[in-house]
Amino acid sequence: MSSALLVEQLLNGLQLGVMLYLMAAGLTLIFGVMGLINLAHGSLYMVGAFACAAVAAWTGSFFLALIGALIAAAAAGALMEILVIRRLYGRDHLDQVLATFALILVFSEATRWLFGPFPLYLDIPAILQGTVPLPGGSRYQIYRLAIIGVGIAVAIGLYLLISRTRLGMRIRAGESDREMIAALGVDIRTLYTVVFALGAGLAGLAGAMIGPLQSVQVGMGEPVLILAFVVIVIGGIGSNRGALIGAILVGVVDTMGRALLPGVLSGLLGPSAAATTGSSLASMLIYLVMVVILVFRPRGLFPAGS
Amino acid sequence: MGKILAALAFALSAGVAGQALAEPIKIGMITTLSGGGAGLGIDVRDAFQLALKQAGNAEIELVVEDDAQKPELAVQIADKMIQSDKVDLLTGIIWSNLAMAVVPSVTAQEIIYLSPNAGPSPLAGAACNANYFNVAYQNDNFHEAAGEYANIDYSNTFIMAPNYPAGQDALTGFKRYYKGTLAGEVYTQVGQTDYAAEIAQIRASGADSVFIFLPGGMGIAFTKQYAQSDVGIPLLGPGFSFSQDVLGAIGDAAVGVKNSASWSPDLDNPANAAFVEAFQAEYGRLPSVYAAQSFDTANLILSAAAKASVTDKDAFRAALKEADFASVRGKFSFNTNQHPIQDLYMREVVKEGDVITNKIIATVFTDHGDAYAKDCSL
Repeated sequence: MSSALLVEQLLNGLQLGVMLYLMAAGLTLIFGVMGLINLAHGSLYMVGAFACAAVAAWTGSFFLALIGALIAAAAAGALMEILVIRRLYGRDHLDQVLATFALILVFSEATRWLFGPFPLYLDIPAILQGTVPLPGGSRYQIYRLAIIGVGIAVAIGLYLLISRTRLGMRIRAGESDREMIAALGVDIRTLYTVVFALGAGLAGLAGAMIGPLQSVQVGMGEPVLILAFVVIVIGGIGSNRGALIGAILVGVVDTMGRALLPGVLSGLLGPSAAATTGSSLASMLIYLVMVVILVFRPRGLFPAGS
Repeated sequence: MGKILAALAFALSAGVAGQALAEPIKIGMITTLSGGGAGLGIDVRDAFQLALKQAGNAEIELVVEDDAQKPELAVQIADKMIQSDKVDLLTGIIWSNLAMAVVPSVTAQEIIYLSPNAGPSPLAGAACNANYFNVAYQNDNFHEAAGEYANIDYSNTFIMAPNYPAGQDALTGFKRYYKGTLAGEVYTQVGQTDYAAEIAQIRASGADSVFIFLPGGMGIAFTKQYAQSDVGIPLLGPGFSFSQDVLGAIGDAAVGVKNSASWSPDLDNPANAAFVEAFQAEYGRLPSVYAAQSFDTANLILSAAAKASVTDKDAFRAALKEADFASVRGKFSFNTNQHPIQDLYMREVVKEGDVITNKIIATVFTDHGDAYAKDCSL
């Protein structure tokens, strides 16, 4: 493999990782603060993508659509928290999994009912279209570089929010002792709704940004959700830093595995068998990495509160 | 008015409407109406209902149920339709894995199954059955046509499909007729949505063309990302990835892509012109290849019902096998394994005004059967 291709694949891994981080950040925040497993997080990603496609078709502006997607996903998240999730904090994880799984079905069918069964159209805004040359002669999509930029900006913003602001202080306090913070007069119910809406907004942002690259369709959130769970387990549940490192690790390992494994195996097995075996192995690779990390660090790379 | 005219034109050309049927017929349709693959099932259902409506026959009853693209659910629905709904015929399944779960047990119970889509190779070969009629294609057909067409202009193709049985069949079908060398052969994950890593490989491979089989959302995602990455190598595929149901979502990125199919909206025959017009008038969208296949399935059943009673299985099967109906694909007949013998075309995606659709650019195969018929003992 040439160095140009290697650089391109590393960037691809980074871009996938950054996108996973946006999903995982909300998921890990919600788990860290409220102790809730939210399977319907992928549905909020879908809401973001659909809202973005709808607003873009209506106004013609991708950036307005991005804002619309953020608002729609955050609003859907807040509504979901107030109507359903609020009743689940005291329950065990099995009840939470069941209820949020039901929410996936509700969101999927409601979206299909609203937007119809056919995938929607969403394109990259004109200003971010095209590619830039990479050293070594390859080319890279400007839009993917923009996703990496937005992801890094969100990571820094979220770090500052949690470590430097009053809201962040309350979030950290909520993580360590929810009875005490309630006793100190903080409105814990509103805090939970705000945290949930924040996580939902991030998922919606991820969905909206990925919409122009992929297919905006019902059920698009579930494959990403599974990867996002792998990320937070690797990174340490409840840790923002863990989510970032875990996401980039998963993104790079997955991309490099898909790119390198079939080539490595073709010397041993012949091209056709190597293509199928390599592809099967590559899809297992991130789970193998997860197993190895959990063997040595059962609570993930950066356990919350450490 | 246009709708009525189209219906009338079709009724005259098909010559089955209004004739008394020998017996009332109950048809069970198991198809995908929810989840990510719902677009295909909805086209199949809508086209089937359109054909029944045009025939205007009150003796035919259609029961439709959603399989949610789940094999276990499809099996349950088939059992229920046979045992409590007492259907005479079954149809509707979109996906090969669901067909493999349902068809063998259904046909063993002497229920006739007609496939409006999906033609897994076992059912065309050693496991063929007198009660199984495939009105669509054998799975390899579209890929074979793409492979044959690629020989004209290309000699170093990069091929790619998801890592599951239909994906492996696709690349096998392509390689059966393709004579050039392979610049690369890649299997991706089923349901994969990001193809940046594969696109980088394609760019570095030195290929002169790319053949992909990526159904549903996978194809939409790949085609958009491929166009956005400025690779500039021509793209080929089977019609599934560039059918009417997904073209709207891919947008301009699909324009110029060459894809193989047994049908196209612009296919020049009276039955097809009437069908495309009636479908647009009824549902406000262009039909897909799935809709065309389903429309043919319904008309095949109507043609057989006009000749024989569904209670006389032998006579009804014989009537089906004659395929005496005006197919929207022009020519249509059954091979010994009860799979289609039909023409296969290469189409190109074009933009007409605001509508993105397909136009035929070449006829690749005339009267093409499949490679498995020789293993069938029928």
